[in-house]
This record gives sequence, structure tokens and C-alpha cells, in this order.
Amino acid sequence: MINPTVTETAAPAAEIPLAFKPKKGGYIPKGLTLLSVIIITVILAVILYNIVFGGIGIISVDFLTHPPEQGMEAGGIFPAIFGTVALVILMTIAVVPIGVLTAIYLQEFTSPDSRITRLIRLAINNLAGVPSIVFGLFGLGFFIGFVGRGMDLLFTDGSGPVWAQPAIIWASLTLAVLTLPVVIVATEEALRTIPPEIKDASYALGATKLQTIIRVILPQATPGILTGAILAVSRGAGEVAPIMFTGAAYYLPYLPGKLNDQFMELGYHIYVMATQSPDVEKTKPILYGTVLVLLVLTFMLNFLAVILRSKIRSKRVNA
Amino acid sequence: MDKLQFKPKSRWREFIGEKFIALSALSALVAIFLIFAFIFKESIPIFTDPDIKEEASVDKMVFKQEFYEGREAKWSWQPNSEVPKYSLLPLFIGTIKAALIAMLFAVPLGVGAAVYSAEFASRRMREFIKPIIELLAGIPSVVLGFLALIVLATFLQKTFGFVFRLNTINAGIALGLAVIPIVFTVAEDAMTSVPKSLRDAALALGANPWQVSMTVVLPAALPGIAAGIVLGFGRAIGETMIVLMASGNAAIISASFTDSIRTISATIAAELAEVVFGSAHYSVLFFLGTLLFVFTFFINLGGDYILGRLKIKFQGRMK
Amino acid sequence: MPEEETVLEEENMVENEKKSPVQNETIPDKIKPDKDDGAKTKIIVSNLDFYYGDSQALFRVSLNIEENKVFALIGPSGCGKSTFLRTLNRMNDTIPGTRLSGTVLLDGEDIYKVRDVSAVRTRVGMVFQKSNPFPKSIFENVAYGLKVNGITNKDLIAEQVENTLKKAYLWEEVKDKLNNNAYLLSGGQQQRLCIARALAIRPEVVLMDEPASALDPISTSKIEDLIAELKKDYTIVIVTHNMQQAARVSDNTAFFYEGVMIEAGPTNKIFTKPDKKKTEDYITGRFG
Ligand SMILES: Nc1ncnc2c1ncn2[C@@H]1O[C@H](COP(=O)(O)OP(=O)(O)OP(=O)(O)O)[C@@H](O)[C@H]1O
Ligand SMILES: [Mg+2]
Repeated sequence: MINPTVTETAAPAAEIPLAFKPKKGGYIPKGLTLLSVIIITVILAVILYNIVFGGIGIISVDFLTHPPEQGMEAGGIFPAIFGTVALVILMTIAVVPIGVLTAIYLQEFTSPDSRITRLIRLAINNLAGVPSIVFGLFGLGFFIGFVGRGMDLLFTDGSGPVWAQPAIIWASLTLAVLTLPVVIVATEEALRTIPPEIKDASYALGATKLQTIIRVILPQATPGILTGAILAVSRGAGEVAPIMFTGAAYYLPYLPGKLNDQFMELGYHIYVMATQSPDVEKTKPILYGTVLVLLVLTFMLNFLAVILRSKIRSKRVNA
Repeated sequence: MDKLQFKPKSRWREFIGEKFIALSALSALVAIFLIFAFIFKESIPIFTDPDIKEEASVDKMVFKQEFYEGREAKWSWQPNSEVPKYSLLPLFIGTIKAALIAMLFAVPLGVGAAVYSAEFASRRMREFIKPIIELLAGIPSVVLGFLALIVLATFLQKTFGFVFRLNTINAGIALGLAVIPIVFTVAEDAMTSVPKSLRDAALALGANPWQVSMTVVLPAALPGIAAGIVLGFGRAIGETMIVLMASGNAAIISASFTDSIRTISATIAAELAEVVFGSAHYSVLFFLGTLLFVFTFFINLGGDYILGRLKIKFQGRMK
Repeated sequence: MPEEETVLEEENMVENEKKSPVQNETIPDKIKPDKDDGAKTKIIVSNLDFYYGDSQALFRVSLNIEENKVFALIGPSGCGKSTFLRTLNRMNDTIPGTRLSGTVLLDGEDIYKVRDVSAVRTRVGMVFQKSNPFPKSIFENVAYGLKVNGITNKDLIAEQVENTLKKAYLWEEVKDKLNNNAYLLSGGQQQRLCIARALAIRPEVVLMDEPASALDPISTSKIEDLIAELKKDYTIVIVTHNMQQAARVSDNTAFFYEGVMIEAGPTNKIFTKPDKKKTEDYITGRFG
């Protein structure tokens, strides 16, 4: 109190002494949540250790370049690597253009509040959450049962299914639908970083919207689009459920050469060897080797995407 | 000064280009619609086809059936037996049990790590945690399934003496590993997007950082954390490869978590390959897919709704 | 953002008296520069109202802009200078939800009646406040406008790029690094590149929105010299916050206040004996 005499005469509004407790540092919550981080880290370390040391022994040039032998108990995994690469290339060709155009539409043509934008966004978010096995059913019902059968009716003499059967084209299109949200989200993020002043400059020179998109916006968004494509590939390369019924084969004596061929794939190969092999102990080294190859492939792609993305983000900060 | 001779712009090219982009942007919307339409279409016969209804009507899927005369009525899933049995209850129970274990495992770890990362971690620590979670998210589910099948199952059985090597706990833990990144990402995002002004207000009142976390940030971000849990649950219900490989796939009704289970997703994955096209079994599997789709659709819708509301709360209505 | 056609209101709507926030000022109808030196009028703006959604940003603006002169727009921040400038080449069309009524005549032709917006913008070029080169090479920046307007002859493009860079007094500085990224230039050079980029398609009018506000004094004076040089070939409309600059570079000046064009006339008159009290207050630094 600065002036005690005043308070003495005024009716004292019973000053309750406020006894502030000394603050505790919150060590318990900090410790407990840190424990979660440590547990996750340890689990991840154990997983990686297990796979790397389980698989490294068998990795060799031969393993990577030869087909399986003796009912998958010997030989390599070349057809599965080849099939995976072919699969994701076809998938990328299908998904990137559509995903990029969608992102352009959302960012450049509509306001974020418009009904159609909100509806499309809702669809994208939901698409990202559809279980992968449902994509498998969809691929079977739509691509093989509907599109493939339709093509057979139109283009073949009906002697037997040409397109209405599991094939690499259907598997890659199914994965394209599954990875569509990945490409859209990454491209949108890149488009958002493009300063509007640059678009204004283009319009002010008499460029049309389409010209501005093609000549100014797309070149600027290329790293972001690339990031999206890489993330999509890494996601697509790891998915098994969507391709089980749409094109992946247990074993094929040849490499896929046509769009309607079946194919072998790393993830599916792992599933088959782990669950259908008569003697898992015998296939175990090959199995671990395959897992290691798949993991290295997806991690490398993710790593690349992370680096690209951080480059884009730092560019935005500097701009 | 001479004027330059410019070509007049083609309004047609512009018009067609814009329409083409707008059309492509509908892809995600169309995809969601087609997915539902085509998996539902294949399951329609169980409502309409008399022969299929005879074998697998909705009644038969839901209520106890007296499969053999004079024997006790029960719920049973044995589509390939002499008398095909299509009770969905064992699959539902299996799915819920696996998801329950997964959530029990993933929520404390995911939320805990998120709280640590958003509230306690130094910048450098955060830059360590993020990639850990991204690595975990990048592991293909077939790899997690493989590890649960080969490594985790053996470890758990040796440690706890389980009768069944492949059981609910085994599958649930592996499933949890796939759920952690979702819970973490959504929850952490919610906490870091709590406006700084809120934190500052509490700090200015003399609260220490951890009191601010507990009394201001966590309550404000609680809906976001809930959304993370809801979305994680959606993933746990829909995930396929992990449960297919690690759960034992026995369609039994049991309250014990040390028994094997068979989930909806694994049932589709395991049985669709051998099923006769157009049979009752085929339709029932697509019906299961429809159920999965609808369930995860609403889960995602709910999660999105919560997150959208939270965003409005934190940022004010977007302009 | 969708490039919506700015809605032209019915003529009779224009007749309705708009409430101006500046009640005590009469809104001038049409300002004629009082000195008649036979200059041809390039742009005639009459009764221009402009809205961002529901909020009106310009109130019945009428102005004449003479050919081969520099016209300066001054006024306090937020008074609508940039908005007005952007109505002259329909750049406001790129902002969704904007509306406009009144007419802007370029050589007697209403630019809002022209179907092809880009044709207007090739005649009326623009330089922005913040230099905004494309993340492309110096050459590509200058060539951009030519290419998007359908010029394919490589030699013509190269020649025009060189001529324009010379005109912008940038040639000597960049002739050895035409293929370098434009971002590697200094701030002042970038802005002169943006001017060159605008000049490359030989517009008739060049709009400049505070082109030197982000530059150091030396770069600023280079730009001012450039403007003085350019008015031989172009009609220039420049927005500036800097009154000395307006006095130095412009022939005519208009003073804007809260969306209303208060006064316009020869620059020396506006700066020495303005008719309106508001103008005087502003140029003597009593507000703004
Ligand atoms: N895109 C827009 N949407 C809505 N209102 C806007 C927009 N741009 C400008 N305004 C408003 O219109 C009015 C005039 O703005 P304008 O940018 O033309 O002013 P200015 O005179 O150029 O100011 P400054 O000197 O600060 O650049 C201001 O009240 C501003 O808030
Ligand atoms: Mg301005």
C-alpha cells in the first residue's frame, strides 16, 4: 500500500492475502511425454536395426539382377524390382497431370470459400482416408470389371479376356487414384508460395490466364510438383492391398512388356514369401533382403522429397 | 515509334484450357463417387438376387443362425464350408479388438510425443522428432506386417507365453505403429497452431511454461487432439496388410486379446482372390468393403469437421 | 484468382448521387489543364466509381491525361491512388468481387468495352511498386511480353530486347549477363528491368505505382531521369508518395483524398497555389 491512511478510513474490502505457491517445474509431464518420444525412437531403431542386419547379408548384384529360383528359396528379386518400378512409372504418368491440374484449379481459379472448392477439398481429404483394401475392391470392380470389360467388348473378338483381367495398367491406375491427394496437396503448397506480384506482372504485359499458368506459374511450381510425384511414388511403392487383385502376381517367368501383363512387385513379394512359403526359415534371408530393398527405396524417395520441400520453403522465406 | 504487330489472342484456346482444368479438378470428387458406386454396385445382389439372398441375406449376416438342424444357433463366418456361413459379428469383433489394442498403444505414445514436441522440446529436439515420425510413417504396412509376423510374434510369445503366436495383441501393436504418425501429426499441428497471443496472455499473468501448456494450450487444442485420435482410429479399422499377416486370421468370437482374430479388411484381402465372380461370397466381400468405406468416410468427415472448426477458432474466419 | 470481368453498371446508376465521405468538398466534374499548349488528350476518365465488394474506393473521379506528359497522382495512404491507376489498364479485373462504373476512354475508345482485356494491357503497360521480375533470365524477362503476344521471330525479339534495355539505360550493365537470373540484379536494376519489360511491347501509356519507393536515392534518381527521357515516346502516369518527386518529374498532378479526386492541374500550380484548402494542407504537410 502506498498510502495506508486512506485505506484505514475507507471500509476495508477484506484484503485476502494471496499466498502464491512457488511454481513447480512440471517435470512429471515433461518426463512422461519425453518417454513417449524415447519409446517411439527405440522402436524405430529396433525395426531399422532388425531389417538392415537381417537383410544386408544377402544383398549383392546377383540378388538384385536375378529372378527367384527353387520356389523362391534361392535366386534374386529382379522381376519384383522391375515390376515395382514399371508400376510406379505408369502410376506417375497418370496421377501427376490430374493432380497438378486440380491444384491449379483450386489455387488459381476459385476462391477458398467457394462451394465447389470446399466440396473438392472434402473429397481430397476423404480420398486420403479411404482404406487401401477398398481401393483394391474399386480397382477390381471399376477398372477390371467395368473399363476392362468394356474395352474387351469394343476392341476384341470376345474369344477371351484381354483387358478384363488383372494387369499392370489397372494396378497402376488404382494406385494413381490412391495417391491423387498426395500430388494435389504438394502442388498446392508450391503454388501458394508463388508471389502474386509475379502473376500481376504477367497479366500487365497482356498475357492471358492460361499463358500465365503455363509460362510463369508452372515453371515456378516444378520443384513442388516433383516433391508431390516423389511422395506419391514412395507411397505407391509400399502399397500392397490395392494391387493384390488388380495385377500383382505371385510369380511370373517373364517381365511385363505390355500394359495388360501381370507383374511382380516388392511389397507383394514380401507378403507372398512371408505367408505362403512352405518353409519360412529357408526364405527368411531373401525375405529380409527384399524388405531392406523396399525400405531403402521408400526412404530414399522420402528423403529426397523432404530435401526438395525444405528448399522450396526456404525460398519462400527469402522471397 | 512503330507499333508491334501482335497476334490477337484466341478466346477459344483460353476457354477450352480453362474448362479442361476445371474438369480435371473434379477428379477427386469423381473418384470418391466412383469408389462408392462400384463397390456398392457389386454388393447389391445380397439385397436383390433371390439365390444370393438365400445364401447370404442381411438377416443371415446379422442374426444368430441355426446352421445345422437341431444344433445351437450361433454367429459364424465360414464362407467356404459345406454350409456357407456369413455372420459378420466375428469379423466386427476382430476388427474392433485389433483397433482397440492399436489405440491403447498409439494414443499415449502419439499424443505424448506430440505434447513433448509442441510444448517442451527445444528447436533442435523438434528437428530430431519430426524425421523420426516421418520415417515411421514411411514404413510400408507390409513391412510392419512382416515384422509382426516374423519378429514381434515370437518375442511376445516367448515373453508372455501366449498360446497363439499370432493374436490380437501382436496385430494390435503393429497396427499401433501405423497409427502413431497420424495421431502425432494431427495433435502436434493442433497444439502449434494455438495462437501465440493466448500463450502470451497466460505467461503475462505469471504462469510458467508448463502451466501454460496444461491450462491454456492443451484445452484449446483438445479438439485437434481428439481429431487425431479419431483419424487414427479410422486408419486402424481400415489397415489391411498388418492384420492380414499378424493376426492369425481366425474368425472367432472371443473376449480374449490373446486369441487370434480376423478383421474385415483382412477377410477381403484373404478371400477375394479365390472367390467365384458374382457368387454370394463375392457380393458379401464387396458389402464388407462398402461398410469399411462408409465407416471411414464418416470418420474422416468427423475428423475434418473438428479440425475445420478449430482452424476457424484459432485464425478467425478466413477471408 | 479468377479473372472476372469487372461489372459495368448501367449508365443510369451513375446518375444517382453517390455519397462522398468528404462532404464539404464539391466533387469536380472535369478538370481541364488551364494551360493550353496544344497537347493531345490521351485518356479521359469520367465519373468513375470503383468498389471492392461493398466498400467504395473511388467516388466519381474525372480526369484528363495528356499524351507524352507525365501525370502524377498524389495523396495520403489508402486514398485510392493505386486503385485508380489499376483501373486504367483493367488490372483490377484480376481481383474478384470488384465493380466499376463510369468510363475510361483511351484515344476515345472505352477500354471497358473492349472484349480482349490483354489488348488493353498491351497498350497500357504497368510498373509495380515492388520490383517483380520473373524468376527467369534477364533476356526472358524482357522477351516475355513479346512472346505471350504472339511474336515468334527470334531476331526481332533479340533486337527488341536490346533496344528496350538500351532505352532503360540498363544495357551496359547487363549486356554480358543476359542469361543470368534476374534475381541476381540489384534492387534498382531489377526495377529498371521491370520498366524495360513493360516498354518492350511498346505500350502507349506506362503506369507506374511508386516505382522508386523501395530504392536508394541513387537508384531513385536514375529512375527519375529515365521517366523524363521516356515521356518523349510514352504517356506516363505515376503514383508517388514523395512530393518532391512529383514536383520534379511531372507535368500535371492530381490530388486524391479518401477516394475523391480533389484537384488536378499543372504541377507547378498544384504545388504553389492550389485552389482547394485540402490540397494546400496536404502539400504543406499538415496531414498525410
Ligand atoms: N484488394 C482490395 N480489396 C479490398 N479493399 C482494397 C483492396 N485494395 C485496396 N483496398 C482499399 O481501397 C482503398 C484504396 O486503396 P489503394 O491501394 O488504392 O490506396 P493507395 O492510395 O494506393 O494507398 P498507398 O499510398 O498506401 O499505396 C483503401 O481503403 C484500401 O484498403
Ligand atoms: Mg498504393
